[in-house]
Amino acid sequence: MEWETVIGLEVHVQLATDTKIFSGASTAFGSAPNTQACAIDLAMPGTLPVPNEKAFRYAIMFGLAIDADIGKRSVFERKNYFYPDLPKGYQTTQLDEPIVGPGHVEIQLSDGSTKSIRIHHAHLEEDAGKSLHEGDFGGMGHGMSGIDLNRAGTPLIEIVSEPDMRNAEEAVTFARKLHSIVSSLGICDGEMSQGSMRFDVNISVRPKGTETLGTRTETKNLNSFKFMEDCIALEVERQIDVLEEGGEIIQETRLYNGDTKVARSMRSKEEANDYRYFPCPDLLPVEIDDDYIEDIRKQLPELPDARQARFVEQYGLSEYDAGILAADAATAQYFETTTEACNDAKLAANWIMGDLSAKLNADEKTINDSPVAATALAGLIVRIKDNTISNKIAKQVFEHMWKGEGEADSIIDAKGLKQMSDTGELEKIVDDVIASKPKEVANYLGEEDPKKRKKMMGAFMGPIMAATKGQANPGMVNQILSKKLNEQG
Amino acid sequence: MHNLTIAELIKGLRNKDFTSVELTRHYLDRIKRLDANYNSFVTVTEDIALAQAKAADERLAQGDAPALCGVPIAHKDIFCTDGVRTSCGSKMLDNFVPPYDATVVENYRKAGAVMLGKVNMDEFAMGSSNETSFYGPVKNPWDTNCVPGGSSGGSAAAVAAQLAPGATATDTGGSIRQPASLCGLTGLKPTYGRVSRWGMIAFASSLDQAGPMTRTAEDAAIMLNAMASFDDKDSTCVDEPLCDYTASLNDSLQGLRIGVPKEYFSEGLQPETAERVQAAIKEFEKMGAEIKEISLPHTSLAVPAYYVIAPAECSANLSRFDGVRYGHRCENPKDLNDLYKRSRGEAFGEEVKRRILVGAYALSAGYYDAYYRKAQQVRRLIKQDFVDAFNDVDVIMGPTATAPAFAFGSKGDDPVAMYLEDIYTIATNLAGLPGLSIPCGLVDSKPVGLQLISNFFDEAKLLNAAHQFQQVTDHHQQTAPALD
Repeated sequence: MEWETVIGLEVHVQLATDTKIFSGASTAFGSAPNTQACAIDLAMPGTLPVPNEKAFRYAIMFGLAIDADIGKRSVFERKNYFYPDLPKGYQTTQLDEPIVGPGHVEIQLSDGSTKSIRIHHAHLEEDAGKSLHEGDFGGMGHGMSGIDLNRAGTPLIEIVSEPDMRNAEEAVTFARKLHSIVSSLGICDGEMSQGSMRFDVNISVRPKGTETLGTRTETKNLNSFKFMEDCIALEVERQIDVLEEGGEIIQETRLYNGDTKVARSMRSKEEANDYRYFPCPDLLPVEIDDDYIEDIRKQLPELPDARQARFVEQYGLSEYDAGILAADAATAQYFETTTEACNDAKLAANWIMGDLSAKLNADEKTINDSPVAATALAGLIVRIKDNTISNKIAKQVFEHMWKGEGEADSIIDAKGLKQMSDTGELEKIVDDVIASKPKEVANYLGEEDPKKRKKMMGAFMGPIMAATKGQANPGMVNQILSKKLNEQG
Repeated sequence: MHNLTIAELIKGLRNKDFTSVELTRHYLDRIKRLDANYNSFVTVTEDIALAQAKAADERLAQGDAPALCGVPIAHKDIFCTDGVRTSCGSKMLDNFVPPYDATVVENYRKAGAVMLGKVNMDEFAMGSSNETSFYGPVKNPWDTNCVPGGSSGGSAAAVAAQLAPGATATDTGGSIRQPASLCGLTGLKPTYGRVSRWGMIAFASSLDQAGPMTRTAEDAAIMLNAMASFDDKDSTCVDEPLCDYTASLNDSLQGLRIGVPKEYFSEGLQPETAERVQAAIKEFEKMGAEIKEISLPHTSLAVPAYYVIAPAECSANLSRFDGVRYGHRCENPKDLNDLYKRSRGEAFGEEVKRRILVGAYALSAGYYDAYYRKAQQVRRLIKQDFVDAFNDVDVIMGPTATAPAFAFGSKGDDPVAMYLEDIYTIATNLAGLPGLSIPCGLVDSKPVGLQLISNFFDEAKLLNAAHQFQQVTDHHQQTAPALD
């Protein structure tokens, strides 16, 4: 039987506010445990939440970016369950009256087609703290668990999609697009490894051509696109195996370990909590008026789709290149800074998508912590353009720049990598090589076809470049060589 | 000195008839000698009180003293006090010392008041008799075989026994007004949102409101002046302009329109109590007020709606007491569930457990619509009853409680009988309105109270009416039998 996969995503996005959603404590990542948890975050008796206006602004920005209705009345609810990293014994979240209503996100697939993924809603909520079990940290005795409440109360938007995706590529493309939107808006730092975006993937399969949704499973807390892709493949295969063997899919929550590539069941539907949601009496419904929304709309930064169109228009890039460079604000900014400084969009684009991106991936770095700054890359490109170095030498120079050895010019000087453009010196080398290869010269002269002749020049190019240690300007060598060869006849 | 009202103490301190240190020592001495009879204090903060009194005397000498400078008061043990154990009447918080002050506590500190200590209460403010406190029941100074009412029974007993001239209290369903009625005091529950809830340990967040308990309406006005504030730490606090509640105390009641709800004189009301209340309303008529019978048709639904909403909110509010970060933790927990179950099981009393269970049930899947949603609908109807009534009247008057103080244990086995204690007070909490109880006579040598309810943020009207009543009657001057 042919099966169709159905995927929906729930995405937790940490909002890049300075302080927490209901307290004044800092949200900065990486501080010593429990140093960023105030009395409110610790749920000390008698403390009360006060909503952070910026969290609302950011959520509204997201809503406007996905063309969604903004909830004019936004209500917080209490979701009740006991867990040590949930200090109040309930999570303050939204249910029936979320801040962002239905919207949609357009994605571009690798075959060039586009697809619209519907967003059911997005709501504001507070993050929980972290439970650290044995092995996660040193110093605690056997069987002890530690609790770090620094993250407790960090503002989140949870984006809930409709089950509109049909394969891993669509899901990952959608996830990347959300990442691109929230980082372009500046409402999330986009640092996946720090948990700034976390994905819950709902997966079901059904016989192709049928309409009824199959029983789904939810795999929680994926924080890398690669893990998501692997996890979807694994879960789809598992579900198809179960069904083809005549079994039934159990509605359950699953966990996936991206490092070991193993998934396991966390809890079944029967074990699920009754969360006893009810409106939080400490927080009044928030009424949002049209002026407030319009004010935010006016200040919205450029979104990835608009930026892509502009890159095509302004820099003459292909749709594909523009799409990659426009996807996230940091890369787009890097590209534009480089282009402005070197005045060559095409070369800038090639270098960023080629060498720079390969290096970033290999070293698991983001463009924000690239050791080669945009202006430094532009400095390198300028030297390619003015024929100081060849493209090949430029790659060597870039390696040195990546290692932090300095700017392009100082590396070129220090290593003596300047291209040889002295005609007299080059002519002498060419003469020597021609003289050492009489057989090749004869073959060349015996050939009528200019195309074949051109190819035969390669036999001389190699030794010439070797004699100049690769520093000869290839264009000039070509010119001198063909002139001198022709003179032989 | 303990016979004096707060208004008189303020004058005495400024006239240098006595110093705050003398006054404070006098009350501390009374507490030491007499409180064993009442059990009204959970913690006496002698050192803090004397230090504050000394500082107050210095400010008084400099002549820039704020209103309550040097006046000793007691705080209900529901208000967090920086560095002073705040138990909320529960074993759960027997070891809890907050690192912050409640806004109410801070406001009184700024107003120069001296903190004598923390007074007893029903556990987590759940009760109408003060029998649920981990620290034992408070006794009614008028008859120590009887309850003082609850949950602010410690506040009421301390003031009635003249161990403090005034006390802070809280009212979720009648917890200021009913003990005021049973102890012969003036007790005011302000409009919801008038007084900050920051640092006041939550029972039912949408109903809880702090207010003063005093011997006269004038004192209540003085105390409310210091207590009321807009606080951006409490999102439910209302930014309504503050006023001097003493300024209108002497306004004439000529033409005041008083509504008397027929539902408040139903069969549950003890006839003698009804008589005292009717007689008090007559006094207002003599002062020029117009009396008319009104109807609050949904009155009978108030208690059932309240006993869904308040437990629902408390079931979530009390989840933070889990033995993880502060408060009681069981010995040697086997695992996480054991830690939760035994910490909570050991430290919460029966009434608290009952309400958590009722609330969790009312919110659970499949019951939410039938209980919680329905109760919220009823709540809106009850509020609408009052909104309609205040189109025609300025103040609503009726009994505060059904009868005078009852004996210990007399309602202990029947939670519903206890819940009906608040039958006349609960509706104002559901509506968010201000309510005041003042003494209006004795039945069997024990006080009964008259309840006054006004429109939102019209506390000044209540205090004016009560003060005028106290100018022409002496019920408020009756005091509990002295034991010294």
